[in-house]
Amino acid sequence: MTGLVAAAFEAPYLDYAALAPEMVLTGVLLAVLVVDLFVDEDRKAIVAQLAGVGVLASLVPILFLAVDGNDRSMFSGAYVVDDFALVFKALFLVSGYVVLLMSADHIEEGDYWKGEYTFLLLSSLLGMVVMSSSRDLLSIFVALELLSLPAYMLAGWRKRDLRSNEAALKYYLLGVLSSAVMLYGMSLVFGATGTTVLEDIAVELGGGVTEPLVGLGIFFIVVGFAFKVSAVPFHFWAPDTYEGAPTPVTAFLSVASKAAGFVALLELIFVGFFGQENVWQPLFWVLAVLTMTVGNLVALRQTNIVRLLAYSSVAQAGYMLIPFAVGGSSDQAAGTAQTAAIVYLLIYAAMNLGAFAIVIAVARRTRSGEVSSYAGLFSYAPGLTVLMTIFMFSLAGIPPFGGWFAKFYIFKSAIDAGTGWALALAVIAGVNSVIALFYYAGVAREMWMQPAPSDDRTPIRVPPALGAALAITAAAVLAIGVYPQAFARLGDLAHLAVR
Amino acid sequence: MFDSWALTLVVFLPALGAALLIAVPRQAESVMKMVALGTTLITAAVGVGILAGFDYGATDTLQFEVNRPWIDVINSRYHMGVDGISLPLLALSMLITVLCVIYSWDHFPEPHNPKAFLALMLVLETGMNGTFVGQDLILFFVFFELVLLPMYFMIGVWGGPNRQYAAIKFFLFTLFGSALMILAFLALYFKGGNTFDIPELVANGGSIARDTQILIFGGLFMGFAIKVPMFPFHTWLPDAHTEAPTVGSVILAAVLLKLGTYGFIRIALPILPDAAHAWAPWIGGLAVTGIIYGALGCLAQKDLKRLIAFSSVAHMGFVMLGIATLTNYGINAAVFGMVAHGLITGMLFFIAGSIQERYGTREISRLGGLLLQAPRLAWLLGFCAMASLGLPGLAGFWGEFPAILAAYQPAPGLSEGLFRFYMVVASVGTVLAAGYLLWMYQRTAFGTAKKEFADAHVHDVHVPEWLAWAPLLLLILLLGIFPGVIFRVTDGAVQTVTSALQAVGG
Repeated sequence: MTGLVAAAFEAPYLDYAALAPEMVLTGVLLAVLVVDLFVDEDRKAIVAQLAGVGVLASLVPILFLAVDGNDRSMFSGAYVVDDFALVFKALFLVSGYVVLLMSADHIEEGDYWKGEYTFLLLSSLLGMVVMSSSRDLLSIFVALELLSLPAYMLAGWRKRDLRSNEAALKYYLLGVLSSAVMLYGMSLVFGATGTTVLEDIAVELGGGVTEPLVGLGIFFIVVGFAFKVSAVPFHFWAPDTYEGAPTPVTAFLSVASKAAGFVALLELIFVGFFGQENVWQPLFWVLAVLTMTVGNLVALRQTNIVRLLAYSSVAQAGYMLIPFAVGGSSDQAAGTAQTAAIVYLLIYAAMNLGAFAIVIAVARRTRSGEVSSYAGLFSYAPGLTVLMTIFMFSLAGIPPFGGWFAKFYIFKSAIDAGTGWALALAVIAGVNSVIALFYYAGVAREMWMQPAPSDDRTPIRVPPALGAALAITAAAVLAIGVYPQAFARLGDLAHLAVR
Repeated sequence: MFDSWALTLVVFLPALGAALLIAVPRQAESVMKMVALGTTLITAAVGVGILAGFDYGATDTLQFEVNRPWIDVINSRYHMGVDGISLPLLALSMLITVLCVIYSWDHFPEPHNPKAFLALMLVLETGMNGTFVGQDLILFFVFFELVLLPMYFMIGVWGGPNRQYAAIKFFLFTLFGSALMILAFLALYFKGGNTFDIPELVANGGSIARDTQILIFGGLFMGFAIKVPMFPFHTWLPDAHTEAPTVGSVILAAVLLKLGTYGFIRIALPILPDAAHAWAPWIGGLAVTGIIYGALGCLAQKDLKRLIAFSSVAHMGFVMLGIATLTNYGINAAVFGMVAHGLITGMLFFIAGSIQERYGTREISRLGGLLLQAPRLAWLLGFCAMASLGLPGLAGFWGEFPAILAAYQPAPGLSEGLFRFYMVVASVGTVLAAGYLLWMYQRTAFGTAKKEFADAHVHDVHVPEWLAWAPLLLLILLLGIFPGVIFRVTDGAVQTVTSALQAVGG
């Protein structure tokens, strides 16, 4: 409560070392804005290069902080730099870098405003980096708005395209609505506990009986984030937005933005509301079942690759919700659940970004997003076909690609919790992964087993930046699949301190 | 040195070869073939080294063991080893892959592309070898699943007219089983002392409560029974076999089906002995249903490959009956049956493929007079048909007959009356087997060629075919005369399985 009492102004303690990644990133995005003003139209590529280098530069302090290993806390616990925060900051920055690589030629060739695009992307990235450290209702909300507002604009970046306009508008309206719902929930929780810092909220709430007011608050907050992570029945914006937005932006939304939503949920649930599991566990159970089942079933009917990936990412969010639905029964279950969610997010980022990079590469040649345009891809682009096959079957969870380990950990968290509800959820997830295989394998079938529509056998030229994005994601998917230990350890290290 | 590296080499050399193949330029087809053949031969040479170095006096212990950390966070280790049950199957898998590479030498099915075809074959070998030597549930799972992708593409890209349906059906069925199987593995982990190590689980598994065991066994059963495949989960098999290219059918029949039965013997029975006793009557029932159903199915088939596929359902029924008796005798018979079925049915699929290549059809009603047009091929078909129906003196006999015999006296705790009934049903199955195989042989080999092929010039057996088939034919004969070669190896290892079972069976 001390933060709220008005006294003589006292500058809060700032740990500049802990804030270094954010400061470097802020510096870079300001530099991008300024440099963009003074660079000729035909040399705009330099802006993107600057941004790429800057994003990598902000990874350096993260490495130092990780080696240092001390948890640093500021603003009475509202902003914390611990292993959890560092792992996700690194994830967001690397994903952001890959999205920049994917955007390089896409945005350039499409004659769009490259400088501003890069600036907005970096701003959104900054929001995510801040989100990783937020342990306070207010800082979570600020981070969320910082990452969402630029994303609304990016979704509408193809401004002469009606679909893109529709995408941006839908995303914006539903995003604002969800923010409002969430903010209302936060105000209820604040009203009941008198604090916004998550750790203090946990202390105030204690365990056991939940006041209806608090229950309602938690409900609204979870629903708000259900919009962000596109959980069914709050997913309606996602397919339209994903299809209309420029493909690199779609990749960014479906990976980084979704991950940011899950990061916030992890913080809220396992720090703030742990002990109130009687409220959120059933809620997440229903969300998880609906999200994976509806996502998979609707994905079966998609003929457009981006819409297919959109519904697939809805379904994937369903798997990621499982740890939340089973993690409240004990401290051990909470630990496994957190690892499961973190591991899934890391692996999902690699495989989904990779899949979108392929979509971008293939669309350069076919100018189409239809799954049928992938027919016979193997005959003229065997390399891309093999990579896409890897990403698809990784998403389906087939060894030896990374996805199997992610799914495995989800199952593990459910079996570890051991309750009847958790086991039922695991079986439902198992059946769902079989349904999902059908459409993932459908893409592979199109590429390998159908004849190419035309006799044109010229290979697809992949620009170096896009090639680098593919190499990074494919290497990650394969490395995780064969030797998961390296990545799983991150998930284990990065536990949030459960009371 | 060799002891600790042999299994790693056997498993990962083929994968390395596949990676090498990808680097070979598109035009250099002969280089691709050499790389593939070289890889499989080197792998087989290491396999011979294992066969030579294996201590046949201690088949019940894991040899050539490697046990290193792999995924510490989930307590899963890189634990490999061979014992008497693994060894024959490992050898079979390596032998079949070499022969398949030789057979494909100039038989590449459409759409050609030898690079991808051979690479997939090598990846398959990695998966198969790995499954037979993995001694950690997660390692086993990864290899068990690894075979799905190459087989999916092999059927889907190089298969017959209905290939896409068959390929996805194969994939979906198997994946459904393995989704439940992995849940069962996790349950074993938490109930069996927080370990995925198979030998450790065998030591701890008996202490799991009976009801829990039965539930976990259900998950394992779905995973393995679909792979075997047991009636009523067999429907993917005729489609997959019929549509797959010859080499795909051979590998599928000879090795992939064994992954399921091997899983029962290696994992399900010894770790969950109580549940094995509870499930055995049901498994036995499904097994004999499969024997009769498969045989009747065979009698109704018009397509040669489909007929052989249904005969696989019947033969795997004998293997499962042997397993269901839970006796030393029955499980030994099952392992022998697995090897024999691998050799014989693999051979039959080779011949069916060669017949299709020569006549452009596998429809039995359009064939005939093979003995006149290609006498050597016809004699080989006759030889394999005899072996398949269980003629004493050939390998097939030693898989079927002891399994039937074992059902006369099942393990203590199982209903004698029920299993003797199963025995009678299975015996009827052997009669039906003789019926459908001889009828098939009569229709294809005897008489004169049908009008459409009357003037066709049919080439008899080629050199690559002889090279690929000779080892199989010799082994069918050899194992028929000296079955002890296999039984001597398996017996000790099977003892450990049955002693785990007897601990509770009483």
